[in-house]
Amino acid sequence: MTRQVLNTEGLTKHYGGVHALEEADFEIHAGEHVAIVGDNGAGKSTFVRQITAVEQRTRGKIWFDGNEVNFAGPLEAREAGIETVFQNLALADDLDVPDNLFLGREKFLLNLGPFSILDYGGMRKATLDALMKTGVKIPSIRNTIRRMSGGQRQCVAIARTATFHSKLTIMDEPTAALGVQETSQVENIIRTLKKAGEPLILISHNMRQVFDLVDRIVVFRRGRIVANLNKEDTDQQEVVAYITGAKSGNGQANLT
Amino acid sequence: MKNKADGTGGATFDRSKRTLPGELNVFFALVLIVTTFEALGWLLIGDSFLFNTRENVDTFFNEARLKIIILQVSIVGIIALGVTQVIITGGIDLSSGSIVGVTAMVTMSFAQVSIVNGNPNPKAIFLEQGWLDLPIIVPLVIGLACGIATGMINGLLVAYTRIPPFIATLGMMVAARGAAKWWSKGRPISFPTDEYAAIGKGLMPVLIFIALAILFALILKFTRYGKHCYAIGSNVEAARMSGINVERHLVLVYTIAGTLAAVAAIVLSSKNLTAQAGMGVMYELDAIAMAVIGGVSLSGGRGSIFGTVIGALIFGVIISGFTFLKLDAYYQEMAKGAIIVGAVVLDQWRQRRQTLGG
Repeated sequence: MTRQVLNTEGLTKHYGGVHALEEADFEIHAGEHVAIVGDNGAGKSTFVRQITAVEQRTRGKIWFDGNEVNFAGPLEAREAGIETVFQNLALADDLDVPDNLFLGREKFLLNLGPFSILDYGGMRKATLDALMKTGVKIPSIRNTIRRMSGGQRQCVAIARTATFHSKLTIMDEPTAALGVQETSQVENIIRTLKKAGEPLILISHNMRQVFDLVDRIVVFRRGRIVANLNKEDTDQQEVVAYITGAKSGNGQANLT
Repeated sequence: MKNKADGTGGATFDRSKRTLPGELNVFFALVLIVTTFEALGWLLIGDSFLFNTRENVDTFFNEARLKIIILQVSIVGIIALGVTQVIITGGIDLSSGSIVGVTAMVTMSFAQVSIVNGNPNPKAIFLEQGWLDLPIIVPLVIGLACGIATGMINGLLVAYTRIPPFIATLGMMVAARGAAKWWSKGRPISFPTDEYAAIGKGLMPVLIFIALAILFALILKFTRYGKHCYAIGSNVEAARMSGINVERHLVLVYTIAGTLAAVAAIVLSSKNLTAQAGMGVMYELDAIAMAVIGGVSLSGGRGSIFGTVIGALIFGVIISGFTFLKLDAYYQEMAKGAIIVGAVVLDQWRQRRQTLGG
């Protein structure tokens, strides 16, 4: 078995009386692409918010890159190497591409605390490198995000993950709002990441896409992991059956 | 989908595709307004607005008028520099006029001389304590501390109680004005030391305004502080997810705005050689108007110090222009109001045109 990149044990999140996530045991290995599927409100996004520390979990343990981790916030998770493309993109509309890629972790020419001088040249160069690496095509990186199409915005958000040599990339419904052509561009980027051996967690509603891109499929239902299936051992019908609850089972039984 | 969204261009850095800066529009507006006054000048009163027409003066431009234009907006302009930063983060600061009032009162009472024309200073606040003829550094430090304190309270309220900036700074606007009146029980405070009086003498307000404008233009453009101002105003959730400490940043922004209001108070009280509780009334609105005319978007994320400086000049040109055309001040205020509304309409229109669909 290859090295584990991320591993959770008994991960649980309650919002007051709402049990959004219950006892999630999850793992992903080096170079592996895993899809998380499930109906709306099944706990997929909640799960991502716990491991990226956008929210603090109610209980449970998380190991990342060999160590047990307790990130205080999303920046710590990012610094550790977990890069997330959020559903709502998390881009600043009035800034250009390099500004967005380096938001919150700018390169500096001179460190003066809050008034540190930005290294525009260095950030621009690193941006172009990241775009090359992911195969993202954008007419001009000096354009503000506001002037870009949905697909271009998504590509910028994805390129951000490639800029920082992340150890794990998480994409929360990266193609939900995109057209056909834009979707295929994003899917190509995901294939590029696979070839480069970068592990990825993909949250998606699109079964065709899931079966096209990933190695393993984890199904969430009502806050619990109900199935953990290798792509070769399953089909779309079975996955849908788990999502809707027509079929139920213990995800741990099928572990690779 | 737009025809070139996919496949073309590649990852390029193409200068020709850079968009023109928004400040250019504002600059054209300034030129247009100046030209209009020049034309109206010749038509209505047969004189030039911009150029020298007096025989006994040997200059190309009417320098006296140019000086007045910039001098009369430079003090409010200093406030507008801070307000610009607040608005870029998506906030608003209604308290700057009142901060000017309270800071002027407090600062002036530490800058008084003991003897006026051979008699004891009749306006002395700290006569019993003997705090007169103090070195210049004392009122300066106390004045700036006033601005820092009031600005920081604004910032803490906005950042940590999550009440809208409009309400937080409205509270400060009322409270600081009250403090200004309470300080000397409504009496004016006059007769500053010579050093203090030198701060606002002649064209000093203009020099201070320009120096601060350059300083903050560079800070907004080239430092992390500036970048984060735009990021927070653009998408506060994105800023937070990117790991920016939004709360701490907002406290810093409002503190800087308060400090700049205090600088304006020091310059103003020095220039007028007196401080009154009513100083700076409505300055906050003039400062906001300068920023908005200069292209700073009230929805946050867009605008620049350079734009605000041009906004301030437009303000000055309009005031001088109406005086030059010998029109009543009533018309001047009506025109000012119309231009503020026009600037916001233009901003909304630009914003809608620039946003592409998904």
